[in-house]
Amino acid sequence: MWLLEQADAAAVLPEIILAVIAMVLLMVGVFRKGETANFVNLASLFGLAVVALLVIFGGSGRMTAFGGAFVVDTFARVMKVLILFGSAAAITLSVHFMKEQKIEKFEYPILILLATVGMMMMVSANDLISLYMGLELQSLALYVVAAIDRDNARSSEAGLKYFVLGALSSGMLLYGASLIYGFTGATGFPEIAAATAAGAGGLGVLFGIVFVIAGLAFKVSAVPFHMWTPDVYEGSPTPVTAFFSAAPKVAAMALLVRTVFAPFSGLVPDWQQILVFVSIASMVLGAFAAIGQTNIKRLLAYSSIGNMGYALVGLAAGTQEGVRGVIIYMMIYMIMTLGSFACVIAMARKGRQVEEISDLAGLARTDKMLAFVLAMLMFSLAGIPPLAGFFAKYFVFLAAIQANLVTLAVIGVVASVVGAYYYLRIVKIMYFDEPAPGFDPMHGEVRLIAVLAGAFSLVFVLIAQPLVNLAGAAAASLF
Amino acid sequence: MPELLKEYLPVAIFMAVAAGIGLALMASAIIIAMRKPDPEKLSAYECGFAPFDDARMKFDIRFYLVSILFIIFDLEVAFLFPWAISLGDIGVYGFWSMIIFLAILTIGFIYEWRKGALEWD
Repeated sequence: MWLLEQADAAAVLPEIILAVIAMVLLMVGVFRKGETANFVNLASLFGLAVVALLVIFGGSGRMTAFGGAFVVDTFARVMKVLILFGSAAAITLSVHFMKEQKIEKFEYPILILLATVGMMMMVSANDLISLYMGLELQSLALYVVAAIDRDNARSSEAGLKYFVLGALSSGMLLYGASLIYGFTGATGFPEIAAATAAGAGGLGVLFGIVFVIAGLAFKVSAVPFHMWTPDVYEGSPTPVTAFFSAAPKVAAMALLVRTVFAPFSGLVPDWQQILVFVSIASMVLGAFAAIGQTNIKRLLAYSSIGNMGYALVGLAAGTQEGVRGVIIYMMIYMIMTLGSFACVIAMARKGRQVEEISDLAGLARTDKMLAFVLAMLMFSLAGIPPLAGFFAKYFVFLAAIQANLVTLAVIGVVASVVGAYYYLRIVKIMYFDEPAPGFDPMHGEVRLIAVLAGAFSLVFVLIAQPLVNLAGAAAASLF
Repeated sequence: MPELLKEYLPVAIFMAVAAGIGLALMASAIIIAMRKPDPEKLSAYECGFAPFDDARMKFDIRFYLVSILFIIFDLEVAFLFPWAISLGDIGVYGFWSMIIFLAILTIGFIYEWRKGALEWD
């Protein structure tokens, strides 16, 4: 306990506990005889729940640890609870899937836990060093998880591709961080802010920002650093893909928000133009490239690229309302995407996964409920009112217009109209095409997540006010 | 130019000198040296007898595994040296921080041992 006080570690307690749980479970898994995966899965879910409660009730206000390198504020708490929820959903979705594919390993939930520790560090990073540490802890676990089905060539390829490109992006990020350190003489975000306010830097710092944003854009898979996304999404086992598109995206977006606002709040025009470009490119590519896809996982990959573009619209606004929009967007996006992937996991015939969009044909006649849930999620992703996805887009576009970025908002609306085509095409295939053979019955936990996500997007309009207030409070804690 | 960057000037000079000498040596070998290649000279060198096969042979993947596992403990020692030297300054807090780091590495070691990664067969 004395050691914890030395590091002001009350703020880091949830992360420490989660890391200890992961290591204890690793030992349990490797020493326990016989069947271990089920036990480790359950214990991991329990651990995530405990840590989520600790984050929620572990004090309020702004706390720092490790000499200011680690900060916990309302923004960090909201994002951490979202991340913990996403990780728990990823473990839940995997339970039966991994058994049926015979790739059940007790290491999977442990790697998810370690990635979660990394993501929580990313969200709380207040220093270039802790930023990089969190990012690498998350990424290294994710590379392994992508290749968890190691006897499958496509899963191995996904892991390798993700690793090579991830290493490249980490290199760019580190180069940018070294430039920022070189021109401001500090790695801590408050110190960098003070140095740039005092006039240090100039072009060198701008180059640093460009490289850091490029590194982080890779992690959120924003254009032009999106190339890995469709291949990795397609190759990885589906629960892993669900995880990739949910929690790490939230964490990387939160990290991007803090990295542009905490140290560079004085340089808004400098980074705004970069984010506007990245945002437009992501929205347009996400809308057009998804049209020709026949594989539903690739389609959802392009959908997630486009969705990151919309979230970046809010960030590009560079205002508190914009950050509020980003938080609401990530909240809704994560739940919708987890629900969509739960539906994809349910696409199995005689124990074999099918992934083509044409396999969904006539689903409304073979499984009414699954078709209805997937239709709701697709309408929501297309941004049709009064579903959740509409409000997500509404808040980011509102922030962009208030920040006088009308062109950006107009391009965003046009891109979302184009994107609506392929979302609605899935609904059309499910409801109006000749039925394909039905799917195997869904497992209870997959059905639960799909139904919860569908219900969330349906009733969001009723529960929006407290969530918007929460996002507003989280955004305010950054300024 | 900030003061901070001036402190790095010796490093920049060192890099320039190192690159200069390295390039000069390689360039002189290409430009000045006499080259008369023949099959015997170009073949892989083996002591006293004709080479069996190409030097680019396949290695057992287990060599790779052992070297990867070794790197972790190599790095551990790289951290231990500066820690040992500065122990007087960083005090009890620094001491226990390193012990925690070693404990985490030990957990990884136990895992790889139990998994059989250290066995040759």
